[in-house]
Parts: sequence; structure tokens; C-alpha cells
Amino acid sequence: MEAALTKKDCIITSYRDHCTFVARGGTLLEVFAELNGRQAGCSRGKGGSMHFYKKDSNFYGGHGIVGAQVPLGCGLAFAQKYCKDEAVTFALYGDGAANQGQLFENLNISALWDLPAILVCENNHYGMGTAEWRAAKSPAYYKRGDYAPGLKVDEMDALAVKQACTFSKEHALKNGPIILEMDTYRYHGHSMSDPGSTYRTRDEITGVRQDIEKEVRKELDNAVAQAKENPVPESSQLFTDVYAKGLGVEL
Amino acid sequence: MALRNIMGKRVGIGLMGSRALSTATCDVESGSAKSINLYSAINQALHVALETDPRAFVFGEDVSFGGVFRCTTGLADRFGKARVFNTPLCEQGIVGFGIGLAAMGNRAIAEIQFADYIYPAFDQIVNEAAKFRYRSGNQFNCGGLTIRAPYGAVGHGGHYHSQSPEAFFCHVPGIKVVIPRSPRQAKGLLLSCIRDPNPVVFFEPKWLYRLAVEEVPEHDYMLPLSEAEVIRQGSDITLVGWGAQLSIMEQACIEAEKDGISCELIDLKTLIPWDKETVEASVRKTGRVLISHEAPVTGGFGAEISASIVECCFLRLEAPVARVCGLDTPFPLVFEPFYMPTKNKILDAIKATVNY
Repeated sequence: MEAALTKKDCIITSYRDHCTFVARGGTLLEVFAELNGRQAGCSRGKGGSMHFYKKDSNFYGGHGIVGAQVPLGCGLAFAQKYCKDEAVTFALYGDGAANQGQLFENLNISALWDLPAILVCENNHYGMGTAEWRAAKSPAYYKRGDYAPGLKVDEMDALAVKQACTFSKEHALKNGPIILEMDTYRYHGHSMSDPGSTYRTRDEITGVRQDIEKEVRKELDNAVAQAKENPVPESSQLFTDVYAKGLGVEL
Repeated sequence: MALRNIMGKRVGIGLMGSRALSTATCDVESGSAKSINLYSAINQALHVALETDPRAFVFGEDVSFGGVFRCTTGLADRFGKARVFNTPLCEQGIVGFGIGLAAMGNRAIAEIQFADYIYPAFDQIVNEAAKFRYRSGNQFNCGGLTIRAPYGAVGHGGHYHSQSPEAFFCHVPGIKVVIPRSPRQAKGLLLSCIRDPNPVVFFEPKWLYRLAVEEVPEHDYMLPLSEAEVIRQGSDITLVGWGAQLSIMEQACIEAEKDGISCELIDLKTLIPWDKETVEASVRKTGRVLISHEAPVTGGFGAEISASIVECCFLRLEAPVARVCGLDTPFPLVFEPFYMPTKNKILDAIKATVNY
């Protein structure tokens, strides 16, 4: 996706944000420091795994409440259009979140005002523990736009993804919102608490997983070691950034 | 670490020292009881509810395979997928749907996966569920609706897996808010909530799902709503709390006793409508009150209790009402130990209040 975009384009996604963050230029140290709640983390240790952000490359995070990031994405797109940025916003969500009402509200808004918003449904066919056929009447998420066009893309094919994103960016700048459904697979369970095997078979999982890990492991181990050396945030940080300095009395 | 109640009887065995729990009242009940944890007790209550009422339904995200906390294990197998089913990921839709189902005379038991996710459903709860009976002049109601949600800190939950949103719902006449402190309480209270002819929001302390273990009667039983329980007798200060926080408060009471301070501990159980009489009677006895909850202090339910107590017991009070609560910040991740109303914070407040 990054190959088709610039850092002026905005990306916003759900809590599954680690790779997106790295793709936007985040360092491994920032990742592991944030996961360990250290100062060097991208959110200064205050966000944690679900809340990675990177302002200088327009990565708007990192959201725990799924679906909530899509309206935000449409707002970003509006600002881009208003400021004539010639840039677009990619708002990512999963097949589970695709059933959230706020998504449709903002699809309507984006289409109505021709916003350069690309809604990307990362379809791994499971929402937490529920398979898509049990959660969605129409699992053709790319068709849900109705009045907004959609494309289905094989997310396992990097070149296809790049082409789709390039196309979508051009389209969105001229015509308004488009939906991209990225067909993919869930390697691990939903989270650390989910073994991923209570709702599907182990054979299904091993059939898809590939071994590209060995080389990357060394780099990761270094970053982890560095992160662990990093200090935790000062306790005063508990109280900072609740409010910004505004008008009125300071507490 | 097992705790002993005032009669020296060993009750309630916690699996880890810091959050062990006790049920101070030990009613003699007919039938057998088994030592089970909180999620099993809730599971039992749900089995009983569906068994005794053919028009009871359980639905929510991922409830079919047993749910993320195992509370709904076995229900789909036993009662079928027409009565126990998964919903898509849409809280507003889940609750709205539940209201409709209840309006047709069914018992709709909706699960919200984490209380932190309940907000999309807030409009449905506040504007629809709470007002349905009232605005239709009692022609319609959704009393059969019970919304269950795990709430509260768990040690590593961060912003969106730890919240205590009970105060938002206590501001809505028309619904009830109930929070159990232990397995035995949970089973009885949940059955009462399900059978109560009013919509109820039932918050389950997720920290205790596995941790709290207690003797729970195997039969069908209910515990009364809007009735607080004095779980520890005392004479110097009244402590009021609910849910998981009570076990922390109890530890503080035990410590305070070593300094000669006799603490009375009350489990509110139902937050609205709450049992003012029991709390008032206790404060008239002790002259001091301390309220503790995980939710942030400003606007928390402790504020309501405090205001009410001052209204009725002003001249009796020997000290200001104390509140030991969460801080006024978003529920933090790494800072959780600082944010939480810990035993030591409560102990300090007990001493300050008694020595005022």
C-alpha cells in the first residue's frame, strides 16, 4: 500500500496497527518501547499496543473501538479536500467492524460531499471469534458501498494491492469515496487471549502460514533489547495530555 | 490466601493473594453447593434462565462458542442456535434489537463484550429502553431486557478493556444497574435481573471471573435487587462499594482493625435504585462514611451517595464524606497501579476520616 501512497496521504486504522506504523516510517524501537510502555514509544508509552500514531507521516493510529476510526477518516478526507492537499485518506477496518452503523453514516457523508476517502476492509473472514458468514448477510464488503464503487483485492498479492491503491487514490481525488476489500488470512488468533483454534481447525491455519521469519528475527531481538533498556514514563505523565491548556482556570 | 469472616469461618478461597474474596453472610441453604468461579456462576445462572423460561434468549458477539470469558459456554449446544446466537459487531444494533425482542414479552439477555464498548448502545439504553414504559403510558415495556457486560480493571486492560462506566447509567431513571461482588452473589443477582420486569444493566467484574471462587448453590435462587448488604459489621466508619472493589476495601478494613478502627462494609449491589436506608442506618451508627470505586472520582456514583448522605445525615456526620476512587484521567495502561484506588489509599482515608 505504501508504494502507492505518499506521506501526505493519511492512514487511519483499528488496533491492528503495528505493521501500518512501521510502514509509515516507524522504527522497531518505537514499536517495542510502546509495547513495553516506555518513553521511547511512539505514543510516549501512554498508548500501548492498540494506539500507535505517527504525526509526521500522517498516520492517525491506532483505535481500540473498531469502526470508530472510519468516521474520523472521512473527516480527515474532508480537511484534505478543503485544503486542496491533492492527497487522500485510507481508512482501514476489518470485516467485523464492517457491520458498524457509523461506517454507513460516513460512507453516505463521503459520497454526498465527494470526499477523497478510501474505505479499506481488511477481510480476514473472522470478527474476534465469529466467522464472516455468521456475521454478515453480504460478505461482499466491497459491494456494500451501493452508490460508492468497490474493488475486491487479493491482499496476499503485494503488487495487486499496490495497483489497487494507486487506482483508488486517482479515483478518490476525482470522484469521491471508493471501497477496497482486501482478501486476507488471520495467522494468529484475534489477540494474546485468543488461541485462534476454538472457532477454526489447526490444519486450516498451518496450511496458510509461511516461514519468512528467520531473517527478521535478529533485527527484532535487537530492538526489543533496546526497548527494555528504555525508562518508563515519569509518573507525572499520568496526568498530562488529559486536557490541553485552554481558556479558564488551570487545575 | 483464604479469608475468614467475623465468625472465624473460612469462606471464599482466592486463587491469588491480592484479590481474595469472601462472602460474609453464610445463609443456610437447602440443596448442595459447589465451589466455582465467577464465570461459571454466571454460566449457571444463564443455563437456569433459559431452562426455566422457553422465551429467554442469549445473544451478543461471540457468545456461541462460549464467549470471550466463557460465560456462555454450553448454552448454544443445549438450547440451540435459535435461542443462543452470535450477533454482528454492532452494539447499537444489539441493544436496539434486544429492546424489540423484550417488547414482545421475551427475556432478551444481551451481552456487550466489554463495558468499554457499550457507548454505541447508549442512545438505545437511555432513550429507548429506559423510557419505553413511561412514554407509552405502560402499554409497552422492555422489562425482559438484561444487558450483561464485563467491566473493570484487570491489570493490563488499558483504555478500552478496563473501564467502569456504571455512573453514566445511574443517571437514567427507568433502568436498573446491578453489580455483583462474588460468584454466589452473581448467580442470584443475575437471575433476579433477568426476571425483574425492568430493563437492567448488569456489570460483571472481569478481574474476578477466574479469581473469585466460592460455594455456589446448584439450584435456582434469586437475590433481592435494591437491597444493600452489610458484609462486615463495624462501629467507627461505614465503607460503601460494589463489585471487585469490595475485596480491596475489605483488606483495608482488616488492616484498619489492627489499629483499633472498626469498619462497617456495605455492598450496594444495586446502584439504581439504591438502598439508601441501609446506608443511612449504618452512617447514623458510625458517623463516618467512605465510598470507593474504580471509576474516576469526578461525577462517579460515589458523588451521588455522598450528596444523599450529607442531605440526610448532616448533623450526625463527624467528618466529611471520603471518596477513594480512580483518578480523573482516561484509564491508563502503564500507570494503572497509580490510577487505581488501592488498599493503602483507602487505609489512609479511613485513618484521616476517623482522626478528623
